[in-house]
Amino acid sequence: MTTIDTKHQSAGQPVLEARGIAKAFGPVEVLTDIDLTILPGEVHAIIGENGAGKSTLMKLLSGHLKPTRGTVAMDGNAVEFHNPVDAEHRGIVLVHQEILLAPDLTVAQNIFMGRELRRGLMVNDREMNRQAAEAVRSLGAEIDPTVPVSRLSIARRQLVQIARALQVPHRIVIFDEPTASLTPIETEALLNVIRALRAKGVAVLYISHRLPEVAAIADRITVLRDGKLVTTRAASELQPVDMARLMVGRDMSKLYPEREDSAGHEAMLEVRNFSVPGYAKDASFVLRKGEILGFAGLIGAGRTELFEGIVGLRTHHGEVLLEGKPVRFKTVRDSMAAGLVYLSEDRKGKGLLLQQDLRTNLTLATLDRFTRGPLIERKRENAGLDQAITDFDIRARRRDLLAGQLSGGNQQKLLLAKMMLLEPNIVIIDEPTRGIDIGTKEQIYKFISELAKSGKSVVVISSEMQELIGVCHRILVMRSQRIVGEVTGDAMTEDEIVVYATGVKVNEAELYSAENA
Amino acid sequence: MSDTKTSTAAPGAARKLADLDMTALAPFLALAALFVLGTLVNPNFLSVDNLLNVLTRSSFIAIIAVGATFVISAGGLDLSVGSMAALVAGIMLLFLNSGAVDGNMAMLCAGVVVAIGVGALAGLLNGAIITIGRIEPFIVTLGTMAIFRSVTVWLADGGSIAMKSPEMRSLFRPVYTGSFLGLPIPVWIIIVVGLLAAFILYKTSFGRHVIAVGSNEDVARYSGIHVNRVRALTYVLQGVCVAIAVIVYIPRLGAATTTTGLLWELQAITAVVIGGTALRGGVGRVWGTICGAFMLEVVGNIMVLSNIVSEYLIGAVQGTIIIIAMLVQRTLQKKKQS
Repeated sequence: MTTIDTKHQSAGQPVLEARGIAKAFGPVEVLTDIDLTILPGEVHAIIGENGAGKSTLMKLLSGHLKPTRGTVAMDGNAVEFHNPVDAEHRGIVLVHQEILLAPDLTVAQNIFMGRELRRGLMVNDREMNRQAAEAVRSLGAEIDPTVPVSRLSIARRQLVQIARALQVPHRIVIFDEPTASLTPIETEALLNVIRALRAKGVAVLYISHRLPEVAAIADRITVLRDGKLVTTRAASELQPVDMARLMVGRDMSKLYPEREDSAGHEAMLEVRNFSVPGYAKDASFVLRKGEILGFAGLIGAGRTELFEGIVGLRTHHGEVLLEGKPVRFKTVRDSMAAGLVYLSEDRKGKGLLLQQDLRTNLTLATLDRFTRGPLIERKRENAGLDQAITDFDIRARRRDLLAGQLSGGNQQKLLLAKMMLLEPNIVIIDEPTRGIDIGTKEQIYKFISELAKSGKSVVVISSEMQELIGVCHRILVMRSQRIVGEVTGDAMTEDEIVVYATGVKVNEAELYSAENA
Repeated sequence: MSDTKTSTAAPGAARKLADLDMTALAPFLALAALFVLGTLVNPNFLSVDNLLNVLTRSSFIAIIAVGATFVISAGGLDLSVGSMAALVAGIMLLFLNSGAVDGNMAMLCAGVVVAIGVGALAGLLNGAIITIGRIEPFIVTLGTMAIFRSVTVWLADGGSIAMKSPEMRSLFRPVYTGSFLGLPIPVWIIIVVGLLAAFILYKTSFGRHVIAVGSNEDVARYSGIHVNRVRALTYVLQGVCVAIAVIVYIPRLGAATTTTGLLWELQAITAVVIGGTALRGGVGRVWGTICGAFMLEVVGNIMVLSNIVSEYLIGAVQGTIIIIAMLVQRTLQKKKQS
């Protein structure tokens, strides 16, 4: 299974090595026998699907987790990291994907948190501010070091986080999906930072699933799939298509169901000049019967909040028409009653009660259908669960498992089952396949397509452009709180979406919103 | 989406035993251990009379703690229950003394209604401020704790409010001292309150919503549950439970004083927590709570019956128990998750 490339030219002692490391959580092995060598002065990209084990591998290499088997070696000697600080002392720093900063502290205070510069007993703010500004400048940005982090955009927070990580003397820097919330210009700046690190002889591990970016920056590429190492190769040998094929392990084209032209003409949902204060402005769009409408955009563009506003989960103004009739959803109950359901992107935080069992979760939104008088009828609930398990192919070892014990894919199916009990006509699914294995993805795409075929209307919000292109009839793109573009038919390409999402094609976008105003 | 592989076969007996939820069982095992300890200390401990006596004395805390089980499993907290008990008792006694209704029996019944009404309103006040004002329950009930206490002291003019009519007093007394079918009336009240509470918490949609709100408020809201209504109602239920406890308490002493119900909130919360209800919400155990309240009184009883530890240290022992209970819960929880 594991083929190791031995013909890398940039010879020299590997700075970091994984020797047959494996990691199991309980009985589940998420990473199996990984052999990996990292050379000084190389950018080594680790690519793979969600759940392939990329993040686990990085956590093993940076002391956040301990391997179940195998060893990590530095400069040829086996080392054991008891915690991330251990690894940091040896020069390994991890730049986390999530923003881990204290929002109320200033940029400089965050950058120096835990290693404040002192003068006598007091912290030396002036020096820290000076060095912080310099650190940020070396990343190609100008940020006032005395501003609280909460006032910065996500992209700038990310830069602060990177600046913070690089304060530690480093030989190996691990970037975990650093560009997920960056615009192309910011991404390019970050890639330059990485090139500069490489020039200094620092080894960079770069985790991403943005393949063009990987092709642009990586010297070598390691592909993970289902916790196993598929291959490590020189970047020059791999085109993005090859990378995708290796990541998925099969032909990508079969992932999406045949596109059916199920979209009718009647407008099911019409939204006019809809605003969610602070998140979405003047959104107008129409969703037709049987249509699958995609919403693309960068993280933070306001897609989630727009739809949370539409279903009554957030304060909003603007008009909503359901089959031509104006409606007003003051609470989410109102929209549920009207046949509109929203499945949150945050499955664990807003979708399911992780500490409760499957039955409780399934019937939570529709409990009044499982009661006689004041009494919950457990028998009917159990029958409902049986039905849901069959209909949605929920795989649970036992019926009394807690929702939190299911895999991501099965959690998503349970959430789908729960919301479909409301018998909606319009289904809004936010990030339908985030953190889900490929097999389940396929099932969910098929399910979405069948929903549309049966005359329901579906909105898919996703950051995976391929997914939107694969399942949607039409895609709207949001950028900084506004709908800025629409792509349909042959124009549905990643390039076209990115252009709108990042604001490069400004003129056309503004034309579009003027047209729709 | 087709073929399913989930088995619906009943699990074997051995597995069933292994699956028994230790967190649910722990308080009862602890109670059994206390029984053994009590018997070793003093053979009279295990007599039916002694145990019923102890159970009777635990009734106020048990009933209040049942209400607290709802509040806490919904992720809330109510520190005002002790002061609230004093306030309800004061108002009920003032009402009974006012002679507003003809006939002692009718008066007593009206007094019960007044008590429950006042308790429910006081609970509603807590619930409304917490949900509408979006303030931490800890702060709100800390405030109302002071308010209720202070109003009681004011009503009592700094002293106590006693029941004036001796006839009424003798009419009311059996509620605490009487018995029915061999069980003291307060024990019957515990049983009835426990059954009702268990029914509401485990069998009705309101109960399910309480657990959902306590597990994760966001998930509850995204599922269309009226989160604020559910939370406010748990405080109303708490108020009603306080009122029922007061109704059992008044005939015992016949008066409300400035120290009535002092530190009951601590005992109630202790009973709930050692009964296995999670302080972070999402798990509620009515019978565990009652067991917890009983345990607190049993500990005191054993200390009185033995001469090993001074009974002045009851508070210290109860404090130790709550900390140990939390440690045990934590350990069991970890085991369950691994």
